[in-house]
Amino acid sequence: MIITESATPLPAGVHLPIYMDNHATTPLDPRVLEAMMPYFGPKFGNAASRNHSFGWEAEQAVDKAREQIAKLIGATAKEIIFTSGATESNNLALKGIAEMYRERGNHIITQVTEHKAILDTCKKLEKQGFRVTYLPVQADGLIDIEDLKRAMDDKTILVSIMYANNEIGVIQPIAEIGKLCHEKGVIFHTDAVQAVGKVPVNVIADNIDVLSLSGHKIYGPKGVGALYVRRRNPRVQISEQINGGGHERGMRSGTLNVPGIVGLGAACEICSNEMEAEAKREAELRDYLRAKFEKALDYIHVNGNMEHHLPGNLNMSFVHVEGESLLMGINDVAVSSGSACTSATLEPSYVLKALGLGDDVAHSSIRFGLGRFNTKAEVDYVSDKVIDVVSKLRELSPLYEMVKEGIDLSKIEWAAH
Amino acid sequence: MAYSDKVIDHYNNPRNVGQMDKGSDEVGTGLVGAPECGDVMRLQIRVNPETQVIEDAKFKTFGCGSAIASSSLATEWVKGKTVAEALTITNTDIVKELALPPVKIHCSVLAEDAIRAAIGDWKKKNNVAETATAAVAAH
Repeated sequence: MIITESATPLPAGVHLPIYMDNHATTPLDPRVLEAMMPYFGPKFGNAASRNHSFGWEAEQAVDKAREQIAKLIGATAKEIIFTSGATESNNLALKGIAEMYRERGNHIITQVTEHKAILDTCKKLEKQGFRVTYLPVQADGLIDIEDLKRAMDDKTILVSIMYANNEIGVIQPIAEIGKLCHEKGVIFHTDAVQAVGKVPVNVIADNIDVLSLSGHKIYGPKGVGALYVRRRNPRVQISEQINGGGHERGMRSGTLNVPGIVGLGAACEICSNEMEAEAKREAELRDYLRAKFEKALDYIHVNGNMEHHLPGNLNMSFVHVEGESLLMGINDVAVSSGSACTSATLEPSYVLKALGLGDDVAHSSIRFGLGRFNTKAEVDYVSDKVIDVVSKLRELSPLYEMVKEGIDLSKIEWAAH
Repeated sequence: MAYSDKVIDHYNNPRNVGQMDKGSDEVGTGLVGAPECGDVMRLQIRVNPETQVIEDAKFKTFGCGSAIASSSLATEWVKGKTVAEALTITNTDIVKELALPPVKIHCSVLAEDAIRAAIGDWKKKNNVAETATAAVAAH
């Protein structure tokens, strides 16, 4: 990536490049790194070694992390299974439940805006004879509970609905979904990767049976995640997907990644202590960013329900400007284009399309992901730069010119190519 | 995506941005692409009726950096050429000049189409035989 250094001095507190893509990954919190360091060095023991102090030391550290994680989501330590990350957690949950409960039924319900870790796993299960219902979402990104009710039948064994969406930040009515599942005796899994540590998640209050979370989305390390598996009311059983040694109550074998787990635990503890203040600060920055755009630009809109929303997420469409060319103009800022137009298929985001956005608007969307380390000065820099580039690109845009002249773009017969 | 310096230069300093009077007989307008596909190019030429030389060209493009660069380059290239000469510009020339990555070849095809569409429009207005533009193929 080419970083263009501005000729004018940068405002205080702004260092380029600016990272504002905290849904993709988050920087490691220095306090987390500090907690992990000894486990890369002298405290190298295998947590499964029961016959010497090196093993005991590692096991103790892992147990502490289990407590820290459990506390953040209202679970008990015994209900936490360590994995390599949320993709593995999601695979283990879906495949493990499908396999374990197959005799009871073969029907699974999920939604169209899930992450590929759920959608691709569901597709694989379909090939194995499972029936999967993909619930649509409404224009604001929320599912309709009535759709879920209608989709359930006596063969339904599992509902998997993500807590908060990674592109549009919309938070689903999780407690309500969980309640419905419990009434029907259906297991409820949620991919809570974007929600844990950002908003209050409580597996009891939210009626969650199985929950996936990840270290690197909460300022912890990459390569470590966890799966919460409920032990009571109901007791959920999961068929193991990796065999060898019976680690993690037999659900996930493999020597534990002790430094990673210590980091995940430390990251969760920081979230437990600071989440409330952090969420408030991020939401204020997010609203400030949005207000600046709305003041300076026309033909823009926010994607996703803003009442039920992650504090650090803003997904905006800058209509009549193409997302990738916008990113090119702000190449010292890391944000994400809602459009996957760099791919060979040139397809726009399936999440935005599920909201009913036209391909043209989906191609014009940008995801801003604010996080723990973003400052107001950065938000000012990013918003000013985006406004500047959008204005320049609109000078170049035949669509913007036509709309300004009062031409209805939908009436034009575009040449397909 | 890593773009070539030439793409970045055209993106930062697009040449010949603007619009000309669509109604004028000397002006040919080509509008290609579709908003749903993520790119729309409008390329216009002003042709000297005596010499058939393209004396001016303007463009506006909605699309990625490669689409902007391809159309900007196309306006530079057609200027000063006769209509017949401009029709010899192909998308592979544009790909080479801008060192476009394979996923962006589409943008160069669009630019070639835009040149042909603009010339086609001018020919239609001026009752010039269509033969040379018959090569505009659907793709």
